[in-house]
Amino acid sequence: MSGAATGETAGVEWRLAAPLGLTYLAFFAAPLLILLVMSFSVDDNLGGFSLAAWSKFWGDPFYRGVVWDTLRLGLVTVAMTTLFAYPIALLFIASGPGLQRLLLFIVLLPLLTSVVIRTFAWIAILSREGVLNQALLALGLTTAPLNLLQTELGLVMALMQIEMPLMLLPLITVMQQVDPSLSDASRALGGSKWRTFRKVILPLSLPGWIAGATLVFASATTAFISQTVIGGARLVYLPTLIWQQAMVVYNWPFAAVASVTLLVAVLAGVSLFALLGRFARTA
Amino acid sequence: MRERTASRVVRKNRVSLQAPVAPPDIQSQPLTLDAISHSYGEALAVNEVTLEVRAGELIALLGPSGCGKSTLLRIVAGFINQTSGRVVIADRVVDTLPPNRREVGIVFQSYALFPHMTVAENIAYGLEARGESKATCRERVKEMLATVRMEGFADRKPRQLSGGQQQRVALARALAVRPRILLLDEPFAALDKNLRLDMQIEIKRLQRQFGLTAILVTHDQDEAMSIADRIAVMSKGRIEQLGSPVEIYDQPETLFVNDFIGSSNRFSGTVESAGEGAYAVRLASGALWQVASRKRFAPGDRVIATIRPEQLVLTDQATAGTIPVTLKLSLPIGGELIHDVETRSGEAFKVAAGRRPGEPVSPMAATHCALAPHARPILFPQTAA
Repeated sequence: MSGAATGETAGVEWRLAAPLGLTYLAFFAAPLLILLVMSFSVDDNLGGFSLAAWSKFWGDPFYRGVVWDTLRLGLVTVAMTTLFAYPIALLFIASGPGLQRLLLFIVLLPLLTSVVIRTFAWIAILSREGVLNQALLALGLTTAPLNLLQTELGLVMALMQIEMPLMLLPLITVMQQVDPSLSDASRALGGSKWRTFRKVILPLSLPGWIAGATLVFASATTAFISQTVIGGARLVYLPTLIWQQAMVVYNWPFAAVASVTLLVAVLAGVSLFALLGRFARTA
Repeated sequence: MRERTASRVVRKNRVSLQAPVAPPDIQSQPLTLDAISHSYGEALAVNEVTLEVRAGELIALLGPSGCGKSTLLRIVAGFINQTSGRVVIADRVVDTLPPNRREVGIVFQSYALFPHMTVAENIAYGLEARGESKATCRERVKEMLATVRMEGFADRKPRQLSGGQQQRVALARALAVRPRILLLDEPFAALDKNLRLDMQIEIKRLQRQFGLTAILVTHDQDEAMSIADRIAVMSKGRIEQLGSPVEIYDQPETLFVNDFIGSSNRFSGTVESAGEGAYAVRLASGALWQVASRKRFAPGDRVIATIRPEQLVLTDQATAGTIPVTLKLSLPIGGELIHDVETRSGEAFKVAAGRRPGEPVSPMAATHCALAPHARPILFPQTAA
């Protein structure tokens, strides 16, 4: 009886999912397959079979460096957003409804403008004559303007602001579900504020952090616009490399190798965070 | 006065007799709330509350929601800093101490067990926070599990436990650090009725065994009546009355306390003559009651006389103190029979009587209602409201 019912349900589900499934198959899975075949081709007509592009990519320390830089950019951005997201999230759950609305608005604000505009705004902030350098000079914290544009530091600062909602929203959602009397219990049992955070709030917020970290990592490693505009020509990451190879050099098999590499690298990072989730001790 | 002192002596003896196994390192500590006030913005939640909890005593803060009892509890725990007043634990003002330095154990309504830790880790939490050694923790956890009869559950997660078991663990966790004061925040609210009594006995047993000074916050009068040594009935941020459960029930000082505790009938009347603490009160129905009261009234004062349902009897003989009534309905509630009766003028009230097994539910053609021989009606001045 129940088996038949399940079968029926499965049938209905399949038919409902068909339009989207077929779309994905045609416009997502198929192009991916073509990309994979392309990376083993001699030219952009998918002709022949060659490992030339792969060996050229992985044989060259420069390109291996690009892969490493891209992964590191993702990890550093995750680390920095985490560092800043937790205090904001703690403030959020500790505040009343009025302040919560305001905080949520500030958090969501970046999402309301286009990435391009936000990135150019960061140029205005980070450039040698920009807001940040003017402020530092005025405060006497530095004697000469800092070079922030075209540096990893500047890029991470910009990405951190751009990706912050992706970290904060899941984090806040999960932390709001944690019973506030758990922190009270910890405090009454003699736990300091730090211990309460480390032993109670942090472990219970991990599901939210993992979701946020996954999003930020995937988003930061593939943030083509921010990487190019702020990183400029001095910093090359995989998305920029793919664009150069595909649109400037027209070496499509090589661009395909870089693309497949980026895809695998992002997936590896995402799986790493998912793996952390399995070890996280939550209810 | 003499009566009260006597009952206090009796109660103290009882406590010491029933607590022979208190761990030697535990000493009961008194807790004093000294003129505590707290306001949230404009709203005054706690208004000049002064309360002395004796060492080893369990006091219930009883009142409807919003009466300030939970705020008071959170002030004692240190989660809220009161607007004014002092909290004194064992002769030491603790107002500047954060919650983790007050050595106060709390059992929360939701139990607040750490869901990502096992039962043993939950119980060890406070000990680890105090920097106790691994061996001490292990030993104490074992001891506490035995104390709350939860041996064999050490490695379970809280979600694998029933409500009663979770509460036992919450108690064990709070008591493991040997607190000076135990705070119970509506601890029985989430339990079903049968389990509730068991847990009340359990908590009372542990509180005595550990010689704990305890405050129970509750809105359930039965709960307060059954385990508290004294009850502080609260309303609108103030303590309306402080007394033993029996005092609170038998001699409510205000109409609020009278109505909040147990059920009670109200009759309006006029003082006809006043003697030495005794008054003759003419009720609206015409009945004349002789009422003893420590309050002062003058002849002609409008008063409210209240009487518990079990202090009234139905009869078919009219005397000066009887109220002519019609019997509307009789409900057998367990061992009691509750009669719903109405006066000639349409005032409804209740009469309770013990029910003999096999007794017919609607017994008689009762025509009058009289005070039982030992009935003690209570007089309150009739206010404009």
